[in-house]
Amino acid sequence: MKRHLISAADLSRDDAVLILDTAEEMARVADRPIKKLPTLRGRTVVNLFFEDSTRTRISFEAAAKRLSADVINFSAKGSSVSKGESLKDTALTLEAMGADAVVIRHHDSGAPHRLATSGWIGGSVINAGDGTHEHPTQALLDAFTMRRRLAGGEGDLNGCRITIVGDILHSRVARSNVHLLTTLGAEVTLVAPPTLVPVGVGNWPCEVSYDLDAVLAKSDAVMMLRVQRERMNAAFFPTEREYARRYGLDGDRMARMPEHAVVMHPGPMNRGMEITAEVADSPRCTAVEQVTNGVSIRMAVMYLLLGGNEPALTTSSTEENK
Amino acid sequence: MGKTLIRGAKVLGGEAQDVLIDGETIAEVGQNLQAEGAEVIEADGRILLPGLVDLHTHLREPGREDSETVLTGTKAAAVGGYTSVHAMANTFPVADTAGVVEQVWRLGKESGYCDVQPVGAVTVGLEGKKLAELGAMHDSAANVRVFSDDGKCVDDAVIMRRALEYVKAFDGVVAQHAQEPRLTEGAQMNEGIVSAELGLGGWPAVAEESIIARDVLLADHVGSRVHICHLSTAGSVEIIRWAKSRGIDVTAEVTPHHLLLTDELVRTYNPVYKVNPPLRTERDVMALREALADGTIDVVATDHAPHPHEDKDCEWGAAAMGMVGLETALSVIQHTMVDTGLLDWAQVADRMSFRPAVIGRLEGHGRPVSVGEPANLTLVDSAYRGAVDPAGFASRSRNTPYEGRELPGRVTHTFLRGRATVVDGKLA
Repeated sequence: MKRHLISAADLSRDDAVLILDTAEEMARVADRPIKKLPTLRGRTVVNLFFEDSTRTRISFEAAAKRLSADVINFSAKGSSVSKGESLKDTALTLEAMGADAVVIRHHDSGAPHRLATSGWIGGSVINAGDGTHEHPTQALLDAFTMRRRLAGGEGDLNGCRITIVGDILHSRVARSNVHLLTTLGAEVTLVAPPTLVPVGVGNWPCEVSYDLDAVLAKSDAVMMLRVQRERMNAAFFPTEREYARRYGLDGDRMARMPEHAVVMHPGPMNRGMEITAEVADSPRCTAVEQVTNGVSIRMAVMYLLLGGNEPALTTSSTEENK
Repeated sequence: MGKTLIRGAKVLGGEAQDVLIDGETIAEVGQNLQAEGAEVIEADGRILLPGLVDLHTHLREPGREDSETVLTGTKAAAVGGYTSVHAMANTFPVADTAGVVEQVWRLGKESGYCDVQPVGAVTVGLEGKKLAELGAMHDSAANVRVFSDDGKCVDDAVIMRRALEYVKAFDGVVAQHAQEPRLTEGAQMNEGIVSAELGLGGWPAVAEESIIARDVLLADHVGSRVHICHLSTAGSVEIIRWAKSRGIDVTAEVTPHHLLLTDELVRTYNPVYKVNPPLRTERDVMALREALADGTIDVVATDHAPHPHEDKDCEWGAAAMGMVGLETALSVIQHTMVDTGLLDWAQVADRMSFRPAVIGRLEGHGRPVSVGEPANLTLVDSAYRGAVDPAGFASRSRNTPYEGRELPGRVTHTFLRGRATVVDGKLA
């Protein structure tokens, strides 16, 4: 494993499978009466969130706490950042406080990369979503969920057919998933109106279709992305209703998917827009399961980046009696 | 002022000759010249060029003296072999009145390192709404002939048409920063394969090309000349080539960085590569080189854009756009155009001195190296190889994309009207 997790593209197949396997171990911890490992005791994890994202932040926070790390939440709102402090000065402050890992969510693509490569901090950097670039832990938890549902919970996703539907252009989830899923051997198809597909997508290792109905029958998993209603005002599509009709997943469409196929959503969902309530609440939809798996994946990532050489379940009690 | 004898210089890359400077002018050019009491410079086969002329320089004064002043910018220009620069109008306050252009002009006079020709804004405050007092700026002591809203595009077709027409009265020219604003909202880098991967807002080539297409047609319609700043795409080259073939009076410039660097560098997310227009693809770079070689693109212009360290020492999205270029321009041109066989040194003189002076209607610059001409001269050691070290820049800013890169060529001497501004590569 590398020191940072910035992009899903940096992960080899073996790296990715190791994270998924480790996450399976971590998931077993969640089934215990005491859901806590001492692995990162005395280590400090900072959640540095320049964008509001309660779901992702509490997932990382829960993961770090289950590994016994000290967690500091730093949100841009109401902090020195809102007073104009630069990323560099914020980073230097965190470094001075002794952060072992910085989990960063930032509105600018590449901000985690800058943080990791600029020499401002010495700890590990974990990308918790940067602009419209990547969200690698989301892709890992998606792969984890698919592996459990479609591949018996082990190995890779060789031969799985995954369809990702929605605002590909602005989606960091889609970018990370395309990298990771293809690394794991899956075949990925992106479905979106042409306005929401990036120019340059031709180089991505996946297929692109504008026709959702044409690909549903040959999908083992269909991942619906959140589509922001504001996109309508920038003429990416004419109306919400037209979007929902052409690219939304409803019960009729779900019925055309193979029987074993699952519906995924990274949340938060726009019910009635990209997904109907009927689909969202059906047992085929893994949205809630994804949230649970997110904690296991983030535990695995922090464990491997910060303490990966020790076995996950070692206890060292020397500190405890001081 | 005394005499200086430059001995054994390859004038415009040709045969080695001696050049005698007497006072402000070139007194003699020939073999085995003798001059009593003259200071002698052994050129030893170095290349002698006319002093370089930059049509596109940001000197930042007034307003952003933390990044550059007229004094530091003209020092950088001298080190780069320039004897005249055009100071762009996007200062604070904007150079949209006779008062501001005269201030910049006066600061240039006082600096003494390089002549400064102010560029006037086309519209008030660069806002694209209302013509600035173009005539007043022309009639001022600064005698403005080049007008540009550079940094912003004159996107309103009617305003552009009027500006093109209006400046004909005093043989002015509008230099257009071609960037369709709606197509580039939130744009961060060239739109293509790399932007798709990096998730950075795309800056499509068509945003540049559509404006150029419109403006050459407008210039044709009203019978004006038009100059296009910093061409960056292969498509723009095609449009200029077509326009020239139709006899339209259009000229165009390219920056050194667009002749060398591509958007692949943005993968580092290092904002030193963030620039407007953005770095494009290898295909664009090759098209621009070919166009500069065949004369479709008339001139090299630096678009020297100094920024303070903090504006680049940050995340990509928060960073300022632009690169410094005066002190590395000639080296990049030697590397990309001369050492590749695309241009000889006489053509470099054409693209970096003669033609920019013609477009700017400058007197006393961009003149042949011959008897009676003003002694604005640049002596280049083309055999030199060295890594770029921004710590040694004369510019106040260090935002160069070439740090540590080995580039050929070095200006050893620059003469402004007979006076050495640079001696042995150092400011005199």
